Amino acid sequence: MKKNIYLDYSATTPANKDVVDTFSKVSLDYIGNPNSLHKLGLESKKLMDASIKQIANLLNVKENEVILTSGASESNNLAIFGTINRYPNRGKHIITTKLEHSSVLECMTYLEKKGYTIDYVNILENGLVDLEDLEKKLNKDTVLVSICQVNSEVGILQNVNKIGEIVKKYPTTIFHVDGTQAVGKINIDLKNIDLYSFSSHKFYGLKGCGVLIKKDNIEIDPIIHGGKSQSNYRSGTPALALIVSTSKALRLALTDLDKKYDHVKSLNSLLRDKLSKIDGVIINSNSFCIPHILNISIPGVKPETMLHALEEENIYISTKTACSKDNSDSLTLTTLGYNHDISGYSLRISLSYLTTVEEIDTFVEILDKKIKELKF
Amino acid sequence: MNRVVLIKYGELTTKKGNRKFFINTLYNNIKKKMSGLDVSISRDISRMYIEFNDNDLDTVLEKLNLVFGIHTYQVAYKIDSDIELIKETARTIMHEKTGTFKVATKRSDKKFPIESIEFSRQIGGVVLKDNSNLSVDVHNPNTTLDIEILERYTYLYTDKYYGLGGYPLGVQSKGMLMLSGGIDSPVAGFLALKRGVKLEAVYFEAIPHTSLEARKKVIDLTKKLCKYSDSMKLHIVPFTKIQEAIYKECNPEYCITIMRRMMYRIMEKLAKRNKGLVIINGESIGQVASQTLTSMSVINSVTNMPVIRPVACLDKLEIIDIAKKIDTYDISILPFEDCCTIFVPKHPVINPNLGECLLNETMFDYETLIDETVDNVLTLNITSEEDKEFENLL
Repeated sequence: MKKNIYLDYSATTPANKDVVDTFSKVSLDYIGNPNSLHKLGLESKKLMDASIKQIANLLNVKENEVILTSGASESNNLAIFGTINRYPNRGKHIITTKLEHSSVLECMTYLEKKGYTIDYVNILENGLVDLEDLEKKLNKDTVLVSICQVNSEVGILQNVNKIGEIVKKYPTTIFHVDGTQAVGKINIDLKNIDLYSFSSHKFYGLKGCGVLIKKDNIEIDPIIHGGKSQSNYRSGTPALALIVSTSKALRLALTDLDKKYDHVKSLNSLLRDKLSKIDGVIINSNSFCIPHILNISIPGVKPETMLHALEEENIYISTKTACSKDNSDSLTLTTLGYNHDISGYSLRISLSYLTTVEEIDTFVEILDKKIKELKF
Repeated sequence: MNRVVLIKYGELTTKKGNRKFFINTLYNNIKKKMSGLDVSISRDISRMYIEFNDNDLDTVLEKLNLVFGIHTYQVAYKIDSDIELIKETARTIMHEKTGTFKVATKRSDKKFPIESIEFSRQIGGVVLKDNSNLSVDVHNPNTTLDIEILERYTYLYTDKYYGLGGYPLGVQSKGMLMLSGGIDSPVAGFLALKRGVKLEAVYFEAIPHTSLEARKKVIDLTKKLCKYSDSMKLHIVPFTKIQEAIYKECNPEYCITIMRRMMYRIMEKLAKRNKGLVIINGESIGQVASQTLTSMSVINSVTNMPVIRPVACLDKLEIIDIAKKIDTYDISILPFEDCCTIFVPKHPVINPNLGECLLNETMFDYETLIDETVDNVLTLNITSEEDKEFENLL
């Protein structure tokens, strides 16, 4: 059987074996609930505290600013609903972009029905947020600005630090950043950010655990009530083994980050180089995108058909993102100004530090073959 | 350009004969604190000098803020005593500044060709020409640019930072700190450390009435104090039997008074065993029933050993301020029972009578219990180092 060539790392990553070992050790050895008063509980609590401390240190935030959740979707929901529920009198205006993940966009659609005004800030041709437009749209009724650091389909990296500076001019506006596609891939600076979401399984951790960083100068309401657990902002018995695994996965992901980044960058240029020589392939990701994500379009070949054709050869990529599999055009690409020929035919290739040059070679070779077969 | 931290000594300048010992102690303390960093430290009778890698500046200053015996420090540019070079450096330093300024030159090298006042004037002119946002005010300037011209080097600096003050840790003998989980005793410990006192901490524990979480809290507090003293012994006293005996045998109103008397007796014994000369605690006059002057006097009468109460005359809010500064407050307010909060009588006596205490203490054989307790003390060596306990999992 042919070896799998997995090029869908932005959908999810394979768990690191050391992380899985930690998960099983903790599950077997630390049986106490961290909130129990007895010795076993205390042992678990100590381990949980140490894990959270490590996460806080790695991200340069305080320990009480780390909230563990079930994943990035919950973190995004908690950030958004937590803010608007906490500050119902600060105004009913929210600013976001059309480059967001569905777990942000769907919240916005819901809130619109509930009477909130949702403003989508303009996106420049290069994919970056139009900062002038953002300044124009911000006003004293803006309760929340929610912007993803790295777009999941095309990979555009926003300057969230700069955006944060602009939002800070309105002291009652809270700035949330969805960092799901950024953590573990690039260096993170949370200086100007109030709320920051991410998920463990995007950096070789396990599915089912996410983080919301909440700076201690702002407050949010919980969306899952039930008293103090790991934090006051999210109830439920702390998933100790997942929390420890997340802490470990984050540490491992950030180890040699620059070296891993450079490797992916060189793979990205190799891939671009090879794809540019194939007729009918259009590269949509530009120089503002992180090298881990390369979005392409093959006008005339239905993305899903190509996905399954590659699947026959044990190659795995994605159409749009794994979380938006319906047949419509890509909202991200439409927002970036592409017409149906591009936005209706896009594919996402996502790379990892685990990806090899051979995998890229084989992928391009087979893609070329498939295009010739499928394009009439 | 090379930068160097200039350290001015604290109160130790007043210590004539011991001055060298104080400076050497400070030198060793700073050296220990900086271990792992690529720095070179030198000293003379008036100052200490730390040369460092430019990238390490923040770390060096962070660590200096944990060392007692430093009055102030400055980050100075250290350059050759060359007139043009001094001018250029002065320009660089003052380039971003705004408001008023003056230049103050000190010339210990009298061979330097220009006199101090004239040189200050010249440098002032150079700075003014470069930066139009500045104007001169020799009486009340926003910024003073100090220039110290020595034979080989010249130092230039503007900002002065305050260190922790106090005496270098270790210039005094040892004290035994009564460390509960509360807000006051860690602050008392910090203030004692500040006067150069070496500390060992003592925690009274009454398992199962108190929990391991309460113990962890005290360990965490000790760790915070260790930031200033590298390591500290923590003696954990198994106090359950004595406490139970008190509550079984004694007048409830006197329970707290007698409990404190028992603690002092144990403290004295532990101090003698560990070469401690004084007892230090977080008592603050009038804060609770056992801290009225009458209570203090009756409790204190069990020992001749000096009892130092660094926060005796501070208001609670003043104590809290310090607790927040030394980062112990958040730990102290965690809600675990300690042995002073269990078995609290409804009406503890505010003005206890010594005779009543002595009478109550005849009700049980406390001396045997105390000896037994002291023999079973558990001693931990605490350091500020991160817990490596979970290293294999994390």
